Amino acid sequence: MSEHIEAALVLADGAVFRGTALGAASDTWGEVVFNTSMTGYQEMLTDPSYAGQILVLTYPLIGNYGIDPPIDESRQIQVRGLVVRSECDSPSHPRGGMRLHDYLASAGIPGIAGVDTRAITRRIRHEGVMMGMIVPVDEIQSAQQHLSDLPAYDTQDFIDVGVSEPYSWRDGGPQALVNGAGETGPHIVVLDEGLKYNILRNLRRRGCRVTAMPPSAGVEDILSVNPQGVLLSPGPGDPQLRELQVQTATSLIGKLPIMGICMGHQVLGRSFGADTFKLKFGHRGGNHPVLEVPTGRIAITAQNHGYAVDPDGLQADVEVTHINLHDQTVEGLAHRTEPVFSIQYHAEASPGPLDNGHLFDRFLDLIESVSGAQGD
Amino acid sequence: MDVVNVKTPESVLIIGSGPIVIGQAAEFDYAGTQACKAMTEEGVRSILVNSNPATIMTDEGVADAVYIEPLTVPVLRRIIKKERPEGLLPTLGGQVGLNLAVDLHEAGVLDEFNVRLLGTPLDGIRKAEDRELFRTAMRDIGEPTPPSAVVNSLAEAREALEEIGLPVAIRPAYTLGGTGGGFVRTMEEFERVVQTGLDASPITQVLVERSLLGWKEVEYEVMRDGADTCITICNMENLDPMGVHTGDSIVVAPSQTLSDKDYQMLRSASLNIIRSLGIEGGCNVQLALAPRQDVVAWPPESMREGGGVGVPHDEPLPYYVIEVNPRVSRSSALASKATGYPIARVAAKIAAGKRLDEIANQVTGRTQAAFEPALDYCVVKIPRWPFDKFEAGDRVLGTQMKATGEVMAIDRTFEAALQKAIRSLEFGGRTVLWEDSEAEAEPIKAAETPTDIRLWHLLGAVRADISLDEIAQRSGVDPWFLERLETIVKMERRLLAEPLTPDLMRRAKRLGFADEQIANLAGSVDERIREQRLAWGIKPVYKMVDTCAAEFDAVTPYFYSTYEVENEAEPEQGKRALVVGSGPIRIGQGIEFDYASVKAAQALRSAGWGAVMANSNPETVSTDFDTSDRLYFEPLDEEAVRDILENEDGGLNGNGGNGEVASILQFGGQTAINLAGPLTSAARPILGSSADVIDLAEDRKRFERFLADLGIPQPPGTAVSSVDEAVLAADAIGYPVLVRPSYVLGGRAMEIVQGVGDLARYVTQAQAAAPGKPILIDKYLAGIEVEVDAICGGVDDDAVLIPGIMEHIERAGVHSGDSMAVYPAPNLREGEIETLIEYTRQIGIGLGVAGLMNIQYVIMRELEERDGDVFVLEVNPRASRTVPFLSKVTGVPMVEVAVRAMLGEKLSDQGYPSGLWPSTPLVAIKAPVFSMSKLSGVDTHLGPEMKSTGEVMGVDTDYDKALNKALIAAGMAVPAKGRALLSIADQDKPRAMTLIRELGEAGYELHATVGTASLIRGLGYEVHEAPKREVGGDPDVIDLIRSGQIDMVINTPEQISSNIRDGFHIRRAAAEQRIPCFTSIDTAHHAVGAMLEGGADYHIAPLPDYTAGRV
Repeated sequence: MSEHIEAALVLADGAVFRGTALGAASDTWGEVVFNTSMTGYQEMLTDPSYAGQILVLTYPLIGNYGIDPPIDESRQIQVRGLVVRSECDSPSHPRGGMRLHDYLASAGIPGIAGVDTRAITRRIRHEGVMMGMIVPVDEIQSAQQHLSDLPAYDTQDFIDVGVSEPYSWRDGGPQALVNGAGETGPHIVVLDEGLKYNILRNLRRRGCRVTAMPPSAGVEDILSVNPQGVLLSPGPGDPQLRELQVQTATSLIGKLPIMGICMGHQVLGRSFGADTFKLKFGHRGGNHPVLEVPTGRIAITAQNHGYAVDPDGLQADVEVTHINLHDQTVEGLAHRTEPVFSIQYHAEASPGPLDNGHLFDRFLDLIESVSGAQGD
Repeated sequence: MDVVNVKTPESVLIIGSGPIVIGQAAEFDYAGTQACKAMTEEGVRSILVNSNPATIMTDEGVADAVYIEPLTVPVLRRIIKKERPEGLLPTLGGQVGLNLAVDLHEAGVLDEFNVRLLGTPLDGIRKAEDRELFRTAMRDIGEPTPPSAVVNSLAEAREALEEIGLPVAIRPAYTLGGTGGGFVRTMEEFERVVQTGLDASPITQVLVERSLLGWKEVEYEVMRDGADTCITICNMENLDPMGVHTGDSIVVAPSQTLSDKDYQMLRSASLNIIRSLGIEGGCNVQLALAPRQDVVAWPPESMREGGGVGVPHDEPLPYYVIEVNPRVSRSSALASKATGYPIARVAAKIAAGKRLDEIANQVTGRTQAAFEPALDYCVVKIPRWPFDKFEAGDRVLGTQMKATGEVMAIDRTFEAALQKAIRSLEFGGRTVLWEDSEAEAEPIKAAETPTDIRLWHLLGAVRADISLDEIAQRSGVDPWFLERLETIVKMERRLLAEPLTPDLMRRAKRLGFADEQIANLAGSVDERIREQRLAWGIKPVYKMVDTCAAEFDAVTPYFYSTYEVENEAEPEQGKRALVVGSGPIRIGQGIEFDYASVKAAQALRSAGWGAVMANSNPETVSTDFDTSDRLYFEPLDEEAVRDILENEDGGLNGNGGNGEVASILQFGGQTAINLAGPLTSAARPILGSSADVIDLAEDRKRFERFLADLGIPQPPGTAVSSVDEAVLAADAIGYPVLVRPSYVLGGRAMEIVQGVGDLARYVTQAQAAAPGKPILIDKYLAGIEVEVDAICGGVDDDAVLIPGIMEHIERAGVHSGDSMAVYPAPNLREGEIETLIEYTRQIGIGLGVAGLMNIQYVIMRELEERDGDVFVLEVNPRASRTVPFLSKVTGVPMVEVAVRAMLGEKLSDQGYPSGLWPSTPLVAIKAPVFSMSKLSGVDTHLGPEMKSTGEVMGVDTDYDKALNKALIAAGMAVPAKGRALLSIADQDKPRAMTLIRELGEAGYELHATVGTASLIRGLGYEVHEAPKREVGGDPDVIDLIRSGQIDMVINTPEQISSNIRDGFHIRRAAAEQRIPCFTSIDTAHHAVGAMLEGGADYHIAPLPDYTAGRV
């Protein structure tokens, strides 16, 4: 084993955490966030919602079961950098042969290992999320100066994280757009602002025809393919910068059943008149309890978001259906009369608990009831 | 929200788990105590029943009504009739509690008194407990169980195999211990074993089951509330693959080799299962997950397509549901401590009608119990086996659990947590570096068999440079774990080869290397390494167990050490002291010491001091973060304890104080006491008796001189170091003599020797085991053994309070931990008691004891009409195992009084006089409980070596009732009528005559071996002679016991070695048949007496009613 190269994570508040370099030998910068899931590092690394962010994993032993490329959640690693306490250089799993380090290196993504990730997490929890850099140790000083010049996460437009061209989802992966004529099952348009493939797998498993469209797709583009429903997907960045998608959503309400997930939920919230705001350190993990208001039942959910919907401005015909029990923030909305609902958390899991797949069923039920009504 | 929950009962009966036995240890004291607290918080009246006095749950103030009574249906019926509880909480008292709940239902008691079963519905219990119902229930919800078939012929077996596939396990029906069955991998083996199995089965039937040997074993702890919200608290992965009982497995939390896909798949299965069983509360699900196919081949060869190694990517890994425990369990205690999530407390609240989102998360203080803990560390549990005590025991691990206790360690890497856990085992100096000399020749062979030392065999194989792939294949252990062991071995090599630098030291510490290990490898000494380490600024920081991976601020001061950057356990201001706990439960150091540690922490807090607790045992109340102001989950060795103390010091210094945090060592058994010397050498203050006091009591020479100066007699004895010296000494002292090695305490390897032949054998063996170490020979005095616990006032207080005197039923020679002890002493004379008080006072003051002290005396009456002579056998300047028993029956809060004395409060100021505390108007008897049916190969006869794992108490208004209850509670109840087998050693025959007459007169059917039979005939009673096995009778005496034709065995061992074997088999057969077996004439005599003298007519009452004389 070669000698470890020393690296450091430098935070915007001046804190420095020294460790060893992991993955690609390059510098990186981004908003530093933490996720408390104990499994699912590969799914997190490839989750487009982490674009622009350096991900700190609070679970200390990462890479134990290796990397299994077919379970990637998007076309590439999406995080800007990875911070772990220990990286496993000898993974063991019936499927995951590849080592985490090699996976990061081959994708050109740097990381750092051997740091006190709990201390970093506590700092972020107390101070809020902040920008940070992973650099070689001899660049610590310059990084500290450089950090103040970096563009704030909230000002960055991550629109390019979504796709630029529409595509179809077939079993196994994305494919060039096909005319789905002759295929059965409801046709869903998914506005891909940076979605995880498992959303599409979930729809597909339920017999849907799936067409993904870029976030720039307008109402006409969407309606032109005759979908039975629209899913507004998760994605990175501040929802305030998604005015176009908010307008699209607003126009679609009343025309088609809509389901929003994460960013899609925030976009819907804004189209319902609400504002969105940044959370101090976000919700990222697989253990958040969410109260389903109408039933009183609690769901354990997978979460990854830094912003939330402020319920104050919501129009009267929209109700808050889900509440995060940790901080009482909005986790779900539903229109009282239109077939439109949204959730802040990730029904598609991956990583995270599989308890919430029924939300896709709910979406399909809505579609069916609308289609059924139209058919009469 | 003011939601009034209609379901909340007004009162609840909680059934404890009874005595500590293998498979059911302190975890249920923790669970029950939590449940009682939860009931109090919910405003529900709690009624607790347990037969085990050494528990916190049976302490005053934990439950609203406490019954220390036998756990039987008739007893519980009487309690239910009297207390009329609205609900019964059956899921917190282990299997004992669960079984009793079912029995109470089946006996119609629950219906008769309108008692509602809370938590798990009866139907759910049945589905979980009954194999066939369970399989059906799992099939109904689509959860896979291992395929199996019951067959009656080889042809049927062949047919079944096509579905099931090799490898399979064959289990013949109705054979004892699975004789005739086995594990088969090939077709030839299959045909042969099925045939043998069919032949062995009296009904020609075998079970053919898909073998999962070598599959990964994974557990989930699951909770569900009445609103159907389901969560998992923790998952755990066993290092030992399937085939070893999970209680005997090394366990890691959370799972390490499961991908998110695997983790979530098994999590969902576990949630499905708890839903289908309708459990409201906690449950434990055990699953088997397919391992790497290069480690264990699966699916069976016959079913594999193409023979590829990989599994198709869109297919999830195969798994099977193995077992469900519809209650809190040992695993849930472990999971509670591993995560900080109080499973028992939450389960109890759910049973009382609360929803998960209505229960606060105590750890954060601001979130609810409705979430899943996130760990940011790694937890390792290692079982603690009793094979240091039972060298003859069968060490191979399988489906029968053998461990008495366990340790847990937390760190940020597996390597470090594992190494800390090994340090916590306190297994006779066996560090990570220990090597099994017997395994050296073929290390890989040794690693194949799961035993208590397989971990060391695996390390040995790694050190022998055997490829990890091969070790994985031969042992079934996942390569991930082996890689971690290799990391440790690589560091060992670096430490051996390289000069110690700050960088190397830091790396070693981060991998969990103890200073002692580093010293060994680097050729230095511990203290030097410690100094060097601190000089380099390498010291541990302490991180919090907070349930949420630092996502929220937590208020719970529960810490573990690690070598990282940020320390979260900043020293606090104010007076405080460290209570050192007692580590894993083992024979000789049981739950009694956890009781004392908990009480010590409570006493400190009530005296206005901060209580800091250190312990390594996850099953305990002491490691409940509620017990102390700060909990350090750490090994209890010098390094860890000094590190904790140094971390705690800062506050006082910062406060301008000059003191350092002191340690309290007298409550944690020998584990804590052993630290007195090292801590004193390190100039650390100790509260209570000093290291010198302890040394004075433990050093034979010093202690002899001390007693001689006081004029207090001891049985004559001396130390020898050769056979010749031994024979001379024994001749001078006179046989019988008590012999023991000088280098271990607590009855280990002690024997009573009757003659020169056995003496020579003993000395020769002991010399071989520990060359050069002296052997102690004492006169064996077969008198009345008496035990005294006392509290000494300490520095400026010469008061010595004796809360009570206990008399043993067995004469001296049986280890005090295995004796039945009676309070108040029934047969002592006033003059003898006065001597006991005076000696105790003189010894306490003379030694300079501050706090608790235990003295064992023997009283020899030369003439029956005169007071006997009192001899001192042993003084322990620490809390003894009788402290909880005596505290409860005397009403003196012994630990609290002792702690206050240590803190400088005079006994008189506490309201306690010097001398003997007046007896309470009750009779209480402490009886030992053994786990012998679980430890094959271990002889069950009572002797100077302690063998019991737990204890029960029988309390009543008179001796016979109390004794009868103690025996019922201990599972040793003498049947009122029935068949007794007697096999009495020659030296005991004179004393057995009264007993024989009593049995004969009472109309017992007597069976006996040859010699005893002629004695019985001689006394004029009818007797069936049972041929000894060595004579070759058919059926012989062993067959008689095994076929269920005997209800009680009285067998005393011959001292002459040649006869040992038959007696051994008789006792083993009785243990396995689970019938009472008395190996002391004294015990048998008293037990039969109690039965015949109206002991069956016992009372049932809450403990305070007995102490106050209200019964």
